[in-house]
Amino acid sequence: MIEIKDITKTYGSGDSAYTALRGVSFSVDEGEFVAIMGPSGSGKSTLMHILGCLDTPSSGTYHLDGKDVSKMTDDELAEVRKDKIGFVFQSFNLLRRTTVLRNVVLPLIYANVPSPEREERAKQALLSSGLTEEYFNHLSNEISGGQIQRVAIARALVNNPSLILADEPTGNLDSRTSLVVLGTLQKLNREHNRTIVLITHEPDVAEHAGRIIRVSDGRVISIEKNAHPRDATEETRLCDSGQLDLTALSV
Amino acid sequence: MKTQDLLQETYLALSANKARSGLTVLGIVIGIASVIALMAIGQGTQNAVSSSINSLGANLLVVTPGAAKQIGFGASSGRGSAQSLTVSDENALMQVQNVAAVSGEYSGRYQVAVAAANTNTTVDGVDGAYAQIRNIDMNEGSFITSSQAASLGKVAVIGSTVATDLFGANATSTNLVGKAIRINNMQFTITGVMATKGGSGFGSQDDTIFIPLTTALQYFAGNGNQYLSTIDIEATTQQSMTQVQNDITNLLLQRHHISDPTQADFSILNQQELVSAVSSVTGTFTTLLAAIAGISLVVGGIGIMNMMLTTVTERMREIGLRKAIGATRKDINTQFLAEAIALTFVGGGIGVALGWGIAYLVTATGIMTAQVTWSSVLLAFGVSAGIGIVFGWYPARRASNLNPIDALRYE
Ligand SMILES: Nc1ncnc2c1ncn2[C@@H]1O[C@H](COP(=O)(O)OP(=O)(O)OP(=O)(O)O)[C@@H](O)[C@H]1O
Ligand SMILES: [Mg+2]
Repeated sequence: MIEIKDITKTYGSGDSAYTALRGVSFSVDEGEFVAIMGPSGSGKSTLMHILGCLDTPSSGTYHLDGKDVSKMTDDELAEVRKDKIGFVFQSFNLLRRTTVLRNVVLPLIYANVPSPEREERAKQALLSSGLTEEYFNHLSNEISGGQIQRVAIARALVNNPSLILADEPTGNLDSRTSLVVLGTLQKLNREHNRTIVLITHEPDVAEHAGRIIRVSDGRVISIEKNAHPRDATEETRLCDSGQLDLTALSV
Repeated sequence: MKTQDLLQETYLALSANKARSGLTVLGIVIGIASVIALMAIGQGTQNAVSSSINSLGANLLVVTPGAAKQIGFGASSGRGSAQSLTVSDENALMQVQNVAAVSGEYSGRYQVAVAAANTNTTVDGVDGAYAQIRNIDMNEGSFITSSQAASLGKVAVIGSTVATDLFGANATSTNLVGKAIRINNMQFTITGVMATKGGSGFGSQDDTIFIPLTTALQYFAGNGNQYLSTIDIEATTQQSMTQVQNDITNLLLQRHHISDPTQADFSILNQQELVSAVSSVTGTFTTLLAAIAGISLVVGGIGIMNMMLTTVTERMREIGLRKAIGATRKDINTQFLAEAIALTFVGGGIGVALGWGIAYLVTATGIMTAQVTWSSVLLAFGVSAGIGIVFGWYPARRASNLNPIDALRYE
């Protein structure tokens, strides 16, 4: 599904130029769940923006579903984002002074989904991201950081994208909620065959993925398969019945 | 994006930031309202002045006794101060080519009384032709006739202000013809009440009583006195006024045995010259107001421009986020265009209404007349709407061309 070759990204020019990616190559198959790990400043977000068609690489090629994305026009990229990709940002996620529900409905408006269906799907997405109904009509500045993250996840999956890109989606969440969110992503991955790429600092989170790509200093340093990914839904259940100690889990 | 969604999105975006939207609208309102009000005042004043001059009578020439001074100023000090115009002069002037009507005038201020009230006002002895020369309309009864003049009739035609002063505020609705009135302790009979002429600038006829010239000379001017205060002449056409003025000058010089025109013992006020003198003044006034209006339009426009530019810059992140979740450039462009149109039209609507309201209030106070012109409404609205739309839409259009991350990171 994703195939990138020798991607580089340089910010700025001249003396102040900074190369955040120095030739990254890997591929992700359809239906995979991949985690990207690496220290802060290693270029994870930069890579993610390129994968999400939000930014263009300075050099290298990117094929998404066999099509060369690096040669697409702005409007074609918008089409791709609208139809195929759901994105969860590390920060600046929601429209200000706009209700939670409206934020999630918005991608469906741009995708021309008929209006009665929109609300239903948005509510469904919010519920499955672990946000309760009482917050649906709150403005985006009236909810907590963790709740913002969940609304962002709901927005990313509301238009059933085949590829979901999440930049530290559990970064602001407590362990219990992190497990709920991971469970949601795993369910989308397993039951609906969505491809998921997730950035995280936490090994405990990365172990829920089927493959782990480690980056450092703008380069891929290792790609390893995880034969036995942890099951977040199961862990949530165990945790609720007291059989799993959350403090032992840095999720 | 469907139209309905676009409208909803526009409404939500504008109401999400009420203060910002409110200030933008306010800027537009002030810009438009001040332009409309100022131009209305300019236009209204110009109209009032020219209609007030025209109400003096068309193609009018006024001969006053006394040496020729500057146009427009000689007339006021001339009355009664010199005695050089006579009834026989008046009769002679009727023979001049292209003269349509002539009326001598003998006027003075006298005490006027009825049973219940008294006042002091101008009593003006005139000929019947005066009504034609000065465009007088009657409310009731008729103006002075030549038979009344021939018989030295003690009849009076009163102006509407006089009627109100003497007979109370609702005098015009009561039947005044036939009532007695004492002028300088002499008994007169009212034979007519004039329609209100309005205007006060040029000797209001509303506050005047007209009596036959012969009667005035007989009873008010003293024995055998045949000297007139002024002679009013109406030329047949506007084109003939210069010729009539020259012929009158020559005729009077000859009759008064004066060979040097600079020594003339009379002066002639040409209404046409007065009109052009006054309209050059009001023209300057209107230009001044238009310049002020133009400045407010520019200031208002810059205000709108500022607001729109800050709005878009402030909303760069929003544009980036919208693009990230699937908005195309067209979606962004139409949304910002719709918002700019909504703001400018709401502001424009209120501004036009407010400008109109100010013009109405100014007129209602009676200090000035303000007349709203469609051209000023279109100009003010067009310029503000144009600026609002261009500066609301163009930066958004530029922003929509950025890739989403650059827009999201914009500082
Ligand atoms: N717009 C930009 N202009 C200049 N430099 C940038 C820009 N964006 C990122 N960088 C630089 O690129 C490098 C990689 O940034 P990036 O955001 O990809 O890191 P990251 O791996 O996501 O880090 P973190 O885990 O802290 O989120 C950083 O050193 C950053 O300073
Ligand atoms: Mg990052």
